[in-house]
Amino acid sequence: MPQQLDEVLAQIPFFDGMAEDEIALIAGCGRNVHFDEGATIFRQGDAADDFYVIRHGTVAVGNFVPPRGELVIETLEAGDLLGWSWLFPPYRTHFDARALSPVRATQFDGKCLRDKCAADPALGFDLMSRFAQVLIERLQWTRLRLFDLYGNGHSV
Amino acid sequence: MATATPSELHPVGAFVPLPFRVAERRQDTGDTWTLTLEPEESGFAVEPGQFAMVHVFGVGEVPISVSGPPERPGDPIVLTVRAVGAVSGAICASELGALLGLRGPCGNSWPIAEATAGDVVVVAGGIGLAPLRPVVLHTLAQRDSYGAVSVLYGARTPADLLYTDQLEEWRSTIAVDVTVDAAEPPWKGKVGVVPKLVATAEFRPEAVTAFVCGPEVMMHFTVQALRERGVPDERIMLSLERDMRCGIGLCGHCQLGPTLVCRDGPVYSQADVGALLGVREL
Amino acid sequence: MESERSVVIAPEALDDLIGALRRRGFRVLGPTVRDGAIVYDELDSASELPIGVTDRQEPGSYRLEERDDEARFGYAVGPHSWKRFLFPPRITLWRAKAENGGRKIEEEPPNETQLAFIGVRSCELSAIAIQDRVFIGGKFVDRDYAARRDGAFLLAVNCGEPGANCFCASMDAGPRVRDPYDLALTEMLDGEHRFLVEVGSERGADVLAELPSVPASQSDVASALAVTNDAAARMTKAMPQVDLHALLAGSLEHPRWDDVASRCLSCTNCTLVCPTCFCSSVEDTSDLAGVETARERVWDSCFSLDYSYIHGGSIRASSRSRYRQWLTHKLGTWVDQFGTAGCVGCGRCITWCPVGIDITEEVAALSKQEEKSHAATA
Repeated sequence: MPQQLDEVLAQIPFFDGMAEDEIALIAGCGRNVHFDEGATIFRQGDAADDFYVIRHGTVAVGNFVPPRGELVIETLEAGDLLGWSWLFPPYRTHFDARALSPVRATQFDGKCLRDKCAADPALGFDLMSRFAQVLIERLQWTRLRLFDLYGNGHSV
Repeated sequence: MATATPSELHPVGAFVPLPFRVAERRQDTGDTWTLTLEPEESGFAVEPGQFAMVHVFGVGEVPISVSGPPERPGDPIVLTVRAVGAVSGAICASELGALLGLRGPCGNSWPIAEATAGDVVVVAGGIGLAPLRPVVLHTLAQRDSYGAVSVLYGARTPADLLYTDQLEEWRSTIAVDVTVDAAEPPWKGKVGVVPKLVATAEFRPEAVTAFVCGPEVMMHFTVQALRERGVPDERIMLSLERDMRCGIGLCGHCQLGPTLVCRDGPVYSQADVGALLGVREL
Repeated sequence: MESERSVVIAPEALDDLIGALRRRGFRVLGPTVRDGAIVYDELDSASELPIGVTDRQEPGSYRLEERDDEARFGYAVGPHSWKRFLFPPRITLWRAKAENGGRKIEEEPPNETQLAFIGVRSCELSAIAIQDRVFIGGKFVDRDYAARRDGAFLLAVNCGEPGANCFCASMDAGPRVRDPYDLALTEMLDGEHRFLVEVGSERGADVLAELPSVPASQSDVASALAVTNDAAARMTKAMPQVDLHALLAGSLEHPRWDDVASRCLSCTNCTLVCPTCFCSSVEDTSDLAGVETARERVWDSCFSLDYSYIHGGSIRASSRSRYRQWLTHKLGTWVDQFGTAGCVGCGRCITWCPVGIDITEEVAALSKQEEKSHAATA
């Protein structure tokens, strides 16, 4: 193996500035995974035990909406975080995630992390803060799209 | 007090439209057309970022950004127009050979010469790519004069993307990153807002000039993303849209606080207009 | 005051003056009573002047009253200003005619009629100087304005009758004329009714030479000076003496805008009567076949919703923002745009406002109250 997982994690923006021992602890819950183009990473309703940090490739988050087909809500890229339904009960995914290209990612065992966070509130706060930041940013981008900025508006 | 009106103060094309004929016409999207217009007698040269007042006889006149600027007065001018109102609709509906009246060139231009030797990031939203196309064409023509060049372009849906064939061509020379607000199959590209693309775009924040055009809210979020990358406000250039009737600083309509957008703009740095854009209904 | 060149003329000489100007080919325009107001219109003789008439002005109120003398210029200012002749409410810019598969586009030739303005107040000379900067002082010259302005004969009349809404002294725009003029009169009603005439140009002197006049005595000169000094002393209204540019730039979110917006009707009267407001729009006309089309320029107002319309809606949808635009432009950003403020203290906007909004009061409120953000006052 060319690099230890904790070294890989230290280069991902999501973990920027995190203490080495915390990264090591989190790395203990993670493993590197690979998805072929078109592969399903998870499906709506699956048990949400994991989350991913994408290191390479593009992932589409969406749903199958009959009769329009597979609608993509957002695409995620290298450095982005995928999956947060593991944070709260009932721990079920709400959307589909599919690899639009070959994807390399680090998969984290959410259940393992939940236990570690419960045991170590400092780690829990740090990790939740990072998640909250991602969630807020994602929400802001989504809100921006709700404006339908390029739409036709009212015209004379 | 003026005792005479020298022709440079009342130049041809500033007050009275010059006739141009529609030589080419291409539909880009459901509501947007690109027209190539040839001057009947004399036209005018246009700098990237400048606009023209386009008149449809008997209908009216609107400011239109120039997507293909003529270098010499006799060259054809390329306009990309979105049919959103009576006049813009009539421009888009102009048949080949139809006659339109053009006044210009109006306004200032993108500071592309000042960006030489540095990196360039072009951030466009929707029809905002039209006034930025001359910047892209300039960097392609003078590729060696610039460092990293990237085009970040967002549209509503894949069907709303302008210049799709050219985007592919550009990709062979510069970075082109495209995203849409919403997509259905078979779109395989990115879905999300264009400011999000700023985070991963290749440029040196200390050496980049950003050229931004799109809806004001989109520009606002793009500015925030550029600032997060460390790009100073002085090198974030925005092109603004305001109501314009005269295009030469005499009618008052395009005021944004202390500035007249048709005369002093439409291109400003975030340092110049950021605070003004933050004031509601200014 | 160039007393050595000053002369005194009798009221009857005004008729000779108008005649002299008409003989030189001028279209003579001056004050006359019409529809219950003193307006500016073409004058055939001095008998059409508002003899023995004055105006009583209050915020939102204008009434003519008889004077107990025969004063020709015994009023302040009416609803008209000279801008209606230099920058007419509607002009044709160009015409286009379809012919031989093309279109012949012709700029409307500028108006070459020489204009003579009788009774230009100091505030109005200042207003003309301001519009000069807008229309002929920039990169592009408005040919129609330039043609009307070029060679216009300015017969100024020092103001001896400031209205209740006048505040030119506080804007450094009067009541004594200072800007270039051809002839300047001071109407003196003490003792014998007479006019002191000061010469401001060679052609002014040329016209004056045709009138019966006597050299001004020292006491004439002193009386004339007293007229404007008294006028200044009687002016009750004043613009607060603060840095207006800085005040307006720093007051964009002032709660006073909501207050004034609750009174303002967005009727556009203030901009129409203002001698410096220069905003315009354009309209297209066409014959039924579309063969001949024409483009016309018409006065516009920043109080109209359409004024700031872009695809999707108006930038300034609220009357709060539109009043703020007008006042901030007039006293503040005008300086950034044209190197001078846009107010001369003539008081027309106060008089002709249907609800009597007083520009000086609004500025006083902005300068007195501490600025509060909307969030803080909500």
